[in-house]
Amino acid sequence: MTKTPHLLKNSLKYRAEAGAAGGDVSLRLAEVPSEAARVENGPAGRKPRKVLSRRNIIVYGTLIVVCLYYLLPLYVMIVTSLKGMPEIRIGNIFSPPLEVTFQPWVKAWAEACTGLNCDGLSRGFFNSVRILIPSVILSIVIASVNGYALANWRFKGADTFFTILIVGAFIPYQVMLYPLVIMLREIGLYGSLTGLVIVHTIFGMPILTLLFRNYFASVPQELFKAARVDGAGFWRIYFRIMVPMSLPIFVVAMILQVTGIWNDFLFGVVYTKPDLYPMTVQLNNIVNSTQGVKEYNVNMAATILTGLVPLTVYFISGKLFVRGIAAGAVKG
Amino acid sequence: MEASISIKNLSLSFGALDVLKDLNLDVGRGEFLVLLGSSGCGKSTLLNCIAGLLDVSGGQIFIGGRNVTWEEPSKRGIGMVFQSYALYPQMTVAGNLSFGLKNARVPKPEIEERVARAAKILQIEPLLKRKPAALSGGQRQRAAIGRALVRDADVFLFDEPLSNLDAKLRADLRVEIKQLHQKLSNTMIYVTHDQIEAMTLADRIAIMRGGRILQLASPKEIYNRPASKYVAEFIGSPTMNFFEGEIISGDGLRFVSGGHAFPLEDYAFLDSTFQPAPAWFGIRPEHMVAGDPADTAPVRLQGRVELVEPLGSDTLARVKVDGHLLWVRLDGQASVFPGDDIQVGFDPARANLFDKTTEDRL
Ligand SMILES: Nc1ncnc2c1ncn2[C@@H]1O[C@H](COP(=O)(O)OP(=O)(O)OP(=O)(O)O)[C@@H](O)[C@H]1O
Ligand SMILES: [Mg+2]
Repeated sequence: MTKTPHLLKNSLKYRAEAGAAGGDVSLRLAEVPSEAARVENGPAGRKPRKVLSRRNIIVYGTLIVVCLYYLLPLYVMIVTSLKGMPEIRIGNIFSPPLEVTFQPWVKAWAEACTGLNCDGLSRGFFNSVRILIPSVILSIVIASVNGYALANWRFKGADTFFTILIVGAFIPYQVMLYPLVIMLREIGLYGSLTGLVIVHTIFGMPILTLLFRNYFASVPQELFKAARVDGAGFWRIYFRIMVPMSLPIFVVAMILQVTGIWNDFLFGVVYTKPDLYPMTVQLNNIVNSTQGVKEYNVNMAATILTGLVPLTVYFISGKLFVRGIAAGAVKG
Repeated sequence: MEASISIKNLSLSFGALDVLKDLNLDVGRGEFLVLLGSSGCGKSTLLNCIAGLLDVSGGQIFIGGRNVTWEEPSKRGIGMVFQSYALYPQMTVAGNLSFGLKNARVPKPEIEERVARAAKILQIEPLLKRKPAALSGGQRQRAAIGRALVRDADVFLFDEPLSNLDAKLRADLRVEIKQLHQKLSNTMIYVTHDQIEAMTLADRIAIMRGGRILQLASPKEIYNRPASKYVAEFIGSPTMNFFEGEIISGDGLRFVSGGHAFPLEDYAFLDSTFQPAPAWFGIRPEHMVAGDPADTAPVRLQGRVELVEPLGSDTLARVKVDGHLLWVRLDGQASVFPGDDIQVGFDPARANLFDKTTEDRL
């Protein structure tokens, strides 16, 4: 109610002015009070935010500390890997390299010696690739079909099968390590890449099947029913309907498997022979080889090289990954 | 009438839960049957059994004279429309429509022709290249109907196809479905919660409860002569007014409740040799009159208006009569206000009497 006198005053003033201007219509129109003129004193519009509020200090402070905690070792690694050995012996690990050299990287990739051979990480890298690609494809293909069958075709014993699978996920690896060695030896695959691929596929199965089953179970049942009325069978529904609408979950599964299998050390040591060791094992053998002096720069370069693959996968698919997790909420 | 769908002693249970119990139903060729019932009574389950999407526990299903109890859904000659549309999200509308035909290995020119025809009937031709996500609710539902249409099925099954749409669109599509049925004249089974849909679309309505069909009759019959108190309460909004009391003889049959007695000379009993017994007396709000017209009604009651709901076309008044709350439907222009004393009346010939214990019609 307080605004009425104010408005009244305003409009009176306008009329007086309009009269003075000789009743010029355009002028009067231009002077019609805008919305802004109605705003009273007090809070209005966007609420101002303090830049240095206590909340901001805590949030950003924590983030900066955490970033430093994670990035400092990386910084040290990169810096060290670019120094020559004499510079490293000076002992200041935080100082940037005076003379940048890529020699340690070359050596780590192609020349570094393990106890057994001297062709650096490259051998392990190609072994890892040969393990990774078939394992990822095989495990995702099998697990997605499993998950689809479990979620949509409630076959006899489906629940029992699922329970066994889930229990499987909780059995410690160590329990199965030796039995698997025997089994692989019996079928003649012990010590071969094929054997390791099978092992990775088996161990990825419970978690991946669970992932796919839950995703497919969240797909509306009516879609599946409609496809059955349309005469599509098991595989046609899988390929034409389920797979096209499940790209995000395939990306999630791929990231899980790529990082998991690439970073695996235990299975690599146990189920392969030295000349087939994956990159992680090769890295360990280079870093821990007892011959000669410790070449910190080479070790650092080798470590970064080994971590590069998961890192690349994260960068490329990070966006898809987030979208994949969020896509669960989006309906078809 | 030749039976298009014939369901014989059908039963279905999920584990220990019996959802359908010994259900029998015959649907004539070209008939529009509506399944109506409260949530969880087994309507969708029955429809899924007919479609072959659920394995029955007992009984048989015949479609077009053929025993399809063990047939695959796609081999039953049915088309189905779902509540959530269930359009394949990664395919265009045209892809959705042709998916079933491709699966059946129909030659390409024929697929194109059938899709074009269905699109024309449903007026979705401009939408054929779009994905379902780029359609409005009504367009999606039309596309879903199109998917059933291209199959040239003898039987259409609709599971609450309109319940996700807003009121206006629902009314429009309801009319379209009715026109579609008149044009195609194939058998349709239509599940709904909505009484208006049921009354306007159906040739016959089946009222279901607890996995059984309580009454199967024309909309008019169901409205005028409900077979049980449950059906009477279920159909009609606001719901039927009930008096609890007793039918006594002497001086003709009369229904007495509290201090009131309603003469029943004109009431058509199912069983003319009816013996007096406790009963429910039901009268619909639209069969009651108030004010001056009530003066000539066979039964007159004095009450007080408690609540008025003006609907535009008519006005609903809740009238308190001796502790009974009665809904009365009045003219839209009637001026009644809460607190008014009012006289209401009705003709017992239009009433419905139900046995007190079995709740069956008398
Ligand atoms: N897969 C299932 N497993 C166990 N019980 C089920 C299953 N599907 C349905 N039911 C039960 O069967 C009963 C009937 O379900 P149905 O879906 O046929 O109901 P409806 O009449 O379609 O209800 P609404 O109107 O809410 O759609 C319900 O009690 C429901 O809980
Ligand atoms: Mg239902």
